[in-house]
Amino acid sequence: MSKDTTAEETPPDQSPPELRAAPASEADNPSSRVERFGGDKALRLDSGTVLDPWQIAYETYGTLNADRSNAILVCHALTGDQYVASPNPLTGKPGWWSLLVGPGKPVDTDRFFVICANVLGGCLGTTGPASTNPATGRRWGLDLPLVTIRDMVRAQAVLLDHLGIETLFSVVGGSMGGMQVLQWAVSYPERVFSAVPIAAAARHSSQNIAFHEVGRQAVMADPNWCGGRYFERGVRPSKGLAVARMAAHITYLSDPALHRKFGRNLQDREAITFGFDADFQIESYLRHQGMTFVDRFDPNSYLYVTRAMDYFDLAADFGGSLPRAFLHSPTRFCVMSFTSDWLFPTAESKAVVKALNAAAANVSFVEVESDRGHDAFLLDEPEMFRTVLGFLTGAAHARGIAPPAGGAA
Amino acid sequence: MSVTTITTPEAAVDAPPVPTTAPQTAGGSARGDHRLVADLVAPGSRVLDIGCGEGELLDLLIREKQVDGRGLELSQAGVNACVARGLSVVQGDADRDLSDYPDNAFDFVILSQTLQATYAPRRVLEELLRIGSNVIVSFPNFGFWRNRLQLLFGGRMPVTDYLPYSWYDTPNIHFCTIRDFVLLCQEADARIVKSMALDAGGRPVGFTAPWWVWNLIGEQALFLLKRS
Repeated sequence: MSKDTTAEETPPDQSPPELRAAPASEADNPSSRVERFGGDKALRLDSGTVLDPWQIAYETYGTLNADRSNAILVCHALTGDQYVASPNPLTGKPGWWSLLVGPGKPVDTDRFFVICANVLGGCLGTTGPASTNPATGRRWGLDLPLVTIRDMVRAQAVLLDHLGIETLFSVVGGSMGGMQVLQWAVSYPERVFSAVPIAAAARHSSQNIAFHEVGRQAVMADPNWCGGRYFERGVRPSKGLAVARMAAHITYLSDPALHRKFGRNLQDREAITFGFDADFQIESYLRHQGMTFVDRFDPNSYLYVTRAMDYFDLAADFGGSLPRAFLHSPTRFCVMSFTSDWLFPTAESKAVVKALNAAAANVSFVEVESDRGHDAFLLDEPEMFRTVLGFLTGAAHARGIAPPAGGAA
Repeated sequence: MSVTTITTPEAAVDAPPVPTTAPQTAGGSARGDHRLVADLVAPGSRVLDIGCGEGELLDLLIREKQVDGRGLELSQAGVNACVARGLSVVQGDADRDLSDYPDNAFDFVILSQTLQATYAPRRVLEELLRIGSNVIVSFPNFGFWRNRLQLLFGGRMPVTDYLPYSWYDTPNIHFCTIRDFVLLCQEADARIVKSMALDAGGRPVGFTAPWWVWNLIGEQALFLLKRS
């Protein structure tokens, strides 16, 4: 089981209590880098409201080259964070995509300058519902305007302006991160040389909205949620959030993967107990996933980021035509899906590929054989690594980015 | 090993075809017909290579003809090999995925040694003519004299070094002769711009002859087509 532990999964929290209490302070003063914007850098949101001031927390790895051509933006998934290749300050766990990103890895930080920012609406340092509203001195809670995937991307673009990066060599992300990748290519085509959306879709499906709604209702049904004002009451809707996470976690896996890991095995017992204790290993596992998740994630933030995914529909701004969204795109795309992913099935990726083909865009597509479901994108999947490495190597050659000293191109 | 090109009888001994990883193929690898195809492609054009294997032909076309090349390939291994060498290749197959492409998307569309392995060759050919202003098709000729002799005297479906599969496990479900293909072109409103009969190694039969002669001596054929 430990071999299959993912960033979406969290092992038992062994961090000291003062760290466990940290989400509150991480939301305003993150351990990572942070930039604060306001005034002429106020953020105009899709909802029509303006965030002023606002802040964005991020990490960088590697070195920006002289002509600023080697920057890669990594976009994180629903409950990810900016710590893509460095330890998470709350859990102490390694970066959530350190299998893919790092020195000598497919996204090679010896060659590329990698940036990863916490999303808008998140809870680890970028403005979100757990952040302090400067107008009131209280946490935003539900007073924060709803944010969209496009708002997240807008915020990242402001950060890149600030860092003096005009063009990204690549934007890479899985799941909700893949949605941001696609949005980047549509919102700022001239700023994106290449794009790698993995296990993603151009719109959130009805079934996926349904799963998110179950999760949100679980949070809001917890009496400790208090209409989103739990911080002021000194409580937390931990049970609701844990149930939300348990349900969501099932959607990240697959029937064969669950069967392989747990089957019908019993948890620390010889026989069923004729009760509602966690008889089965799968129950115990899910409960554990739910309980550890609440230590690192803000319940209101969970409402905001799930909603942002629900609202995502890339074609909507183009009269419902996805090819029109990509028309004249100069970006090279490498789209990837996994055979057992039923949350973002291959058909969704193929719809993107079809639209890119129809728009005469430059696209590669690989369906990776894996039985580990949606979570596969976070796991040790050599086929995915080879594809990312090959695609980025070819694109870097086309972009004229020198290979790392002593390394193979 | 390419999944799109042809095995010479000699090469087949050394490198038997691998039908399990690349079901839509006739045989193994040879460069002969790549060269002929490349000669037909105009420099700098937009090219789609269907069943592009590991990208040898695309690579050749990009290197020597500076084309804007794209590929479609069934096997994951083939696609990954292509992407790893910097080619733009999509995983998919000729029967299902050609409808994704808009009309006139490419100057040249290439279908090499794959037509006989498709479920609906006529529909595939029509799709090729729709998305490409020029279509290059190559296929094994079932009317080759040796095939005819095997059927005539052996009474059995031909199995040769070049077409090494038994009838029950062949990926080649729609064999045709050169004459059959010429008739299909008429039915599909395709104009034959250029055609040649090749030997198993992909070398052109070095003289002009009536169709019935080519139909007898050509082990494979290569056509350049346009919409009528």
